[in-house]
Amino acid sequence: MASKSMSIIVTKGSLDWAYPPFILSTTAAAMGLDVTMFFTFYGLPLLLKNLDLKLSPLGNPAMKMPMAGMHMGMPNIASMIPGVDAAASKMMSNLMKKKGVASIEELRTAAVDSGVRMIACQMTMDLFEYTLKDMIEGPELGGAATYIEVATKSDINLFI
Amino acid sequence: MADQTLDAKGLNCPLPILRAKKALAGLKPGNTLEILATDPGSVKDFQAFCRTTGNELVESTTEGNVFRFILRRAQ
Repeated sequence: MASKSMSIIVTKGSLDWAYPPFILSTTAAAMGLDVTMFFTFYGLPLLLKNLDLKLSPLGNPAMKMPMAGMHMGMPNIASMIPGVDAAASKMMSNLMKKKGVASIEELRTAAVDSGVRMIACQMTMDLFEYTLKDMIEGPELGGAATYIEVATKSDINLFI
Repeated sequence: MADQTLDAKGLNCPLPILRAKKALAGLKPGNTLEILATDPGSVKDFQAFCRTTGNELVESTTEGNVFRFILRRAQ
């Protein structure tokens, strides 16, 4: 039986949004699927050697952090204060560590080790002035047509 | 008695599955892997993992807040 396959277009690179594509790609690979990830726009920096992922509570009313037995949101205006987004990112990282959630670095290494094919969008590389030297070992360069060819042959295609 | 034991306690989704996959790869076909986990989601996830991969879920039990699975590696 030919193995099933999945492709994911990765478009977001914040600390929170980096999780769904890496969780799904590593799990699918563990379940025997051939997986391809296409990194474009703000998803592209997830391939950089040194990750320094941040998130912002700005414009995200669903982000409520557990605190002292309650769930606390943050008013948009708080994000305007320098240091608040960094503090919120740190808080999320600490919470994840405490709850046994893998780091993005760990999931990314697992993805590479399990043979997930990674394509870095050539246009985004040019646009934001990155080269493959800035990236981890493994990604190849490609464009929309490269992705579409993969998508036509995949059982599951996701856009995240 | 399983051939190997994997302690995945304290790990959250998808780490128990990823660690189990890695451990299974090191086993001979037909040999068994015992997995201990505290992630409640792992109960359904190991069922789905086994249905999809062809590895056999021999046992799935709960002892206190620890979930215990026995998987037999596919031939």
